[in-house]
Amino acid sequence: MGRITATELSWSVKGHRLLDNIDMAADDGKVVGLLGPNGSGKTTLVRLLAGLRRPDTGTVRYDDTSLHDLSRRLLARRLAVVEQDVYAHNHVSVRQVVELGRTPFRGRFDALTGHDERVVDAALERVDIADKQHQSWHTLSGGEKQRAQLARALAQEPREILLDEPTNHLDIRHQLELLDLLGSLDVTCVVALHDLNLAARYCDHVVILDHGQVVAAGSPETVLTPDLIVAVYGVSVLVDREPTTGASGSPT
Amino acid sequence: MSTAGRARNPITDRDADRARPRRAPTVALLLVAVVGLLVSVVTASLFGSADVGPVDVVSTILRHVGLGGIAPTPPLPRLLDALIWESRFPRVLLAAVVGAALAVSGAVLQAITRNPLADPYLLGVSSGASTGAVAVLLLGIGGGISLSTGAFVGGLVSFGVLLVLLGGGRVAGPSRVVLTGVLVSQFFAAVTSVILMVSGDANSTRGFTYWLLGTLAGARWEGVTGTVVVILIGVLAIQFFAPALDAFTFGWDSAAALGINVTAARIWLMVLTSLITAAAVAASGAIGFIGLLIPHAVRILANPMHRSLLPLSAIAGAVFLIWVDTFARSAFTPHELPAGVITALLGAPAFALVLKRLES
Repeated sequence: MGRITATELSWSVKGHRLLDNIDMAADDGKVVGLLGPNGSGKTTLVRLLAGLRRPDTGTVRYDDTSLHDLSRRLLARRLAVVEQDVYAHNHVSVRQVVELGRTPFRGRFDALTGHDERVVDAALERVDIADKQHQSWHTLSGGEKQRAQLARALAQEPREILLDEPTNHLDIRHQLELLDLLGSLDVTCVVALHDLNLAARYCDHVVILDHGQVVAAGSPETVLTPDLIVAVYGVSVLVDREPTTGASGSPT
Repeated sequence: MSTAGRARNPITDRDADRARPRRAPTVALLLVAVVGLLVSVVTASLFGSADVGPVDVVSTILRHVGLGGIAPTPPLPRLLDALIWESRFPRVLLAAVVGAALAVSGAVLQAITRNPLADPYLLGVSSGASTGAVAVLLLGIGGGISLSTGAFVGGLVSFGVLLVLLGGGRVAGPSRVVLTGVLVSQFFAAVTSVILMVSGDANSTRGFTYWLLGTLAGARWEGVTGTVVVILIGVLAIQFFAPALDAFTFGWDSAAALGINVTAARIWLMVLTSLITAAAVAASGAIGFIGLLIPHAVRILANPMHRSLLPLSAIAGAVFLIWVDTFARSAFTPHELPAGVITALLGAPAFALVLKRLES
């Protein structure tokens, strides 16, 4: 109920191989971090997993169903995607943004049902932004926008959520709050991150990408070694395991 | 542990109650708008040289659509009847559908380009439609296809050029969208000028120049019926894509992740928008700014989501152009202003306001 499997995924643009033979899996209810330097293919992999780009080769499966056997609409009823881009061109309210999450469940001319309203309410509460629901989207701070986007994703009642660098532009407190929230959800999360500390602290499993290839995968403790970080990021670090945060999961 | 969907508590139930009244006005506003439209159609038909009352107008219209049995007054003299039914009413009707088409077209373009400053006139779609119409009429391109078909092809081509120049699904900043629109618009206007200069005599050039400014003076039944049918079908069909237009709020990938078939929606919306814009341009020339003015006004007054924005914009655009045209033909008698001149006088300040709001 919520397992994502990618097998031998490859993708090229104009002869440049951006992803090369990627194998990865996210188990039910786990938080899986996609790590790697800029340009390593994190965003591309998220798009392929979401079915937004078609891989040249390889397959993505949700539980036992191949992505291409699912219609866009059916996929959107179990998979939500939170992107980096949070610019809205029109003056929608926060609640209207979250209501977009009900799109895959609504007919073309259907009004929101009582159930839809309750799901939206619960999603707004879950990310703690219900008090701002009637404000214009443009009045929110960067952190609030990310939380509202997550509420929009939750309104899809997903089994899996893919997030592309959701902590970009957030201050440290909001980064921690957002990842805490992800960890507390009963949803499989695949999250592209560039912050190794955050990944070490919150992810159950990490996948390290470099030049479009998986160079390591496993639990943060086993994977995030000084040697690997030097090899991938080109910087030497001191890995210091704090007793309280070395283990994955949320501190609260 | 519960996910968003299953959690229930008293607080959220209260929130739902608080949210509901906000949505009710859409239906009420739609009713008010429809009544306003009917009143406008009848009242605007009263303006002009001969003195007739609103009841006479209603009776005349009812009699001509086969409902003479419920007409409240006896038939008018033949000349007066013809004045209302053959001259004023088709013109009011044309103003209504052209206004609706341009307003809906503006709302769709704003969602597709993700830019609040989009309008079929400002982005060059009207300009491309004009070029298509002039090319068919003066150059005989297309071997006997109609002026409207030429306008449709021209509109579609300019829309395609616009989207290619904007570069697919990436977010183009407001200034980039508007500047690209200026580019497309100026290019097609130049092509139109070349065709006019090379192929037209002085008289037809003058006629076309007046038409290009945007005027409803040419309204006759034989042209109006087709325009009404095309625009009604186009506007109703666009309504089917209201969920897609909402989902475009955060871009095309985001819409796809919400279960929208983005490619199909974009192609259909492009074709339908070109169709109604072209029908409007073929009938009345390039009337600008309605697509900018009306959807923004509706968004301020009502729910900005497209299920309500599209129908309300259609009706508000219809009422707006009916009154602009009534003013244009009766304020300075015996002179008549092109309606496009008045919409530009009103639209340019509105453009400035939207721009200011955008920057804040």
